[in-house]
Amino acid sequence: MSDQANKDTPDQVEFRQYCRDWLHSNRPADPPVRLPLSALEIMTTQQLDYLQTWQKSAYDAGLIGCDYPQEVGGGGRSGCQRIANEEMIGARTPYLPNIIGLGMAAPTVFYHAQEPLKQRLLPRLFSGEDIWCQGFSEPGAGSDLANVQTFAERKGDKWVITGHKVWTSLAHFAEWMIILLRTDKSHKYDGLSYFVVPIRSALGKGVTVRPLIKMTGETGFNEVIFDGLEVDDSYRLDELGKGWQVAMTTLLHERGAGELQTPRAGGLKSKSTHATNSTNLIELARNSERDGKPAADDPLLRDRIMQQVIREAGLAQNQRRARVPDLLDHPMRVQLQNKLLASEIAQQTAALALEVQGASASLYLGDENAPAGGQWPMAYMNSYGMTIAAGTSEVQRNILGERVLGMPKSK
Amino acid sequence: MAQADNFGFGEEASLLKASARKFFTDNFPSSTLHQLVATDPTPERMSDCAWERSLWQQMVDLGWSMLAVPESAGGLGMPLVAVAGLVEEQGRAAFPSPLLATLSSTYVLAGCGESGRAALEEIAGGRTATLALSNRQGSWNCADTAVRSDERGRLSGTAWYVQDARKADSLLVCAHSASGLGLFWVAADAPGVCIAPDAIVDLTRDQAHIEFDNVAAFEVSGNALAAVSQAMPAIWTLLAADIVGAAEWQLQTTVDYVSTRQQFDHPLGFFQAVKHPLVDVMVQIDQSKSLVYSAASAFDSEPERALQDAHMAKASASETAAFASGRSVQCHGGIGFTWECFAHLYFKRQKHSQLLWGDAAWHRARLAQLLIGEVA
Repeated sequence: MSDQANKDTPDQVEFRQYCRDWLHSNRPADPPVRLPLSALEIMTTQQLDYLQTWQKSAYDAGLIGCDYPQEVGGGGRSGCQRIANEEMIGARTPYLPNIIGLGMAAPTVFYHAQEPLKQRLLPRLFSGEDIWCQGFSEPGAGSDLANVQTFAERKGDKWVITGHKVWTSLAHFAEWMIILLRTDKSHKYDGLSYFVVPIRSALGKGVTVRPLIKMTGETGFNEVIFDGLEVDDSYRLDELGKGWQVAMTTLLHERGAGELQTPRAGGLKSKSTHATNSTNLIELARNSERDGKPAADDPLLRDRIMQQVIREAGLAQNQRRARVPDLLDHPMRVQLQNKLLASEIAQQTAALALEVQGASASLYLGDENAPAGGQWPMAYMNSYGMTIAAGTSEVQRNILGERVLGMPKSK
Repeated sequence: MAQADNFGFGEEASLLKASARKFFTDNFPSSTLHQLVATDPTPERMSDCAWERSLWQQMVDLGWSMLAVPESAGGLGMPLVAVAGLVEEQGRAAFPSPLLATLSSTYVLAGCGESGRAALEEIAGGRTATLALSNRQGSWNCADTAVRSDERGRLSGTAWYVQDARKADSLLVCAHSASGLGLFWVAADAPGVCIAPDAIVDLTRDQAHIEFDNVAAFEVSGNALAAVSQAMPAIWTLLAADIVGAAEWQLQTTVDYVSTRQQFDHPLGFFQAVKHPLVDVMVQIDQSKSLVYSAASAFDSEPERALQDAHMAKASASETAAFASGRSVQCHGGIGFTWECFAHLYFKRQKHSQLLWGDAAWHRARLAQLLIGEVA
């Protein structure tokens, strides 16, 4: 933290101090209910209420949307979201619930929407009063995203939407959705357009949200059925047929490579949060037994735990090296590996944790004897969400092979 | 001391790395390497010590062999992170030279205090050196050395697995003495020194076992363990840097090949069975590379982290060496299995580097002792 603080401009120094002071006197009380691992698994309104209250207070204090212009509800600063994030994470606050809104919808709306729409949508997005969700994937459009079939048919100034979106996190709480729609069936890429559409206010009027239950037993994501939802043409972002290009803005920010830094908070420590990392893995190995001896003494387990330690360190040092241009032969090479590496390392670590636990890895959340409250089996199962969502590991390898190494495009 | 966010890799380091890249690209393409070292394919060949002395002399004139020698001993006193950049570029060229051996000796001598100063000054003057620490069983613990010094400081016994021995002017030998474990500085051509070359797989290095028969030597340290231990993180980090550079050559050369070679009406790289493993090679290289520069940065400015970070770097790089080598030959197909394809030169260098100074499992076992603790 002090390293980063050393490089702040005078404005940033002042802002950092302001954040620190504010967080010191306004740190939210501990949650009244168990919080899930991330905002994507919020299941109950109690969880959501608590987190929305926190996001609103942080927004009102100017810690969210700092780098957006004031006209759209931002703080009108520059290079300050990073500082607010560092301070919020350092202060171990709860995470922000409007994760899709802040990370993906906000930059996309900001770069591609008409001015009045931005001014209407962004303030309530930043404050967390409006939760957002994302409608990209469909039953027939997963890795092949451009195969989106949900159709918007023009009727005068309106569009009538019919189709089926899936894996839609937070849709059951969302006021708004960013959505990729087909407006022309004769062109695959150029037949796509990008809209924002209302969800909560349209339930029963052309929109149905059905929860999907994950293999872990948690809800949090949904399928969303559109059956003749009518929306105004002013809800379209950018030009007709430019949906794919707009979607790239969304994905760029989703992968953490966009211009505008996503507001982030978190680090709250409680039994509800459990990080899938090798520090926790070592702790687990010390507290688990194999044949009457600590699992941490088993030479084969030690070796495999060290493999995870080294991979994690490699990922962290990649992120450090990504900011040293003279140690990069290709500007995006290290950044584009982040998602692939982070998800696969977390998966390997969780898988190893179950082996370390041995028989007790069979115990799940409802069992009082479960090590770490049964979080490891849940983390292991959830890790498959990470290696599948936002571009599967296989798609990531295609992107890396083609865009970074320049190998021929695969079909 | 705190580490800099950019590893301390500043402008000087950047210039050094860029000029090293240019030096090797201009003077030492793979075809030159092949012509120089791949003269005799016979499996039973005796190793010849093929290297470009004139290019090495240019490197010495550029100051590259004395980068790590402290300024007080007439060297350039560059940080390890800058030296690692040079070594990475040498690895990319698989350049046969006593650079690593000389740098490794330098880091040990730098831990010998005032009595190491004369030897450091020799290196600053352009002399080359190598470490003679191992026994016949290849122990990486210098306390296992089979060389002894008598009461007059004369060395007897045999040191094994001495790297680039025939390119070295001087030897830094670890030997048991009456008072403990010492380090001794010996001219490679001193009377009683017999350098017996090993017939090794790697064509880009030479290696020898060295017999000492009552050899007069200068004791530079009476505490070899301390001097060697403080230097090992630098030695591992630099070898890992060499591996990373060589692996990048393997990756780029293989990517070029699979992007042009056609089968089933497509370039090989069109097929994901070929493309994805090469992406995995890249991912593995980048992890190792980041760990190399972080280990170097720790050595330079946060010594209490140097040991664990260097274990990580060499463990990671050893895996990279094996993985990149395997994929480079495999993805070249039949031609990759031949003597005429350059892939084998790197394959062999990498196998040697993977095992030298401890392989991945060796380093992970030591890392586990640091991070988990000793086994009860």
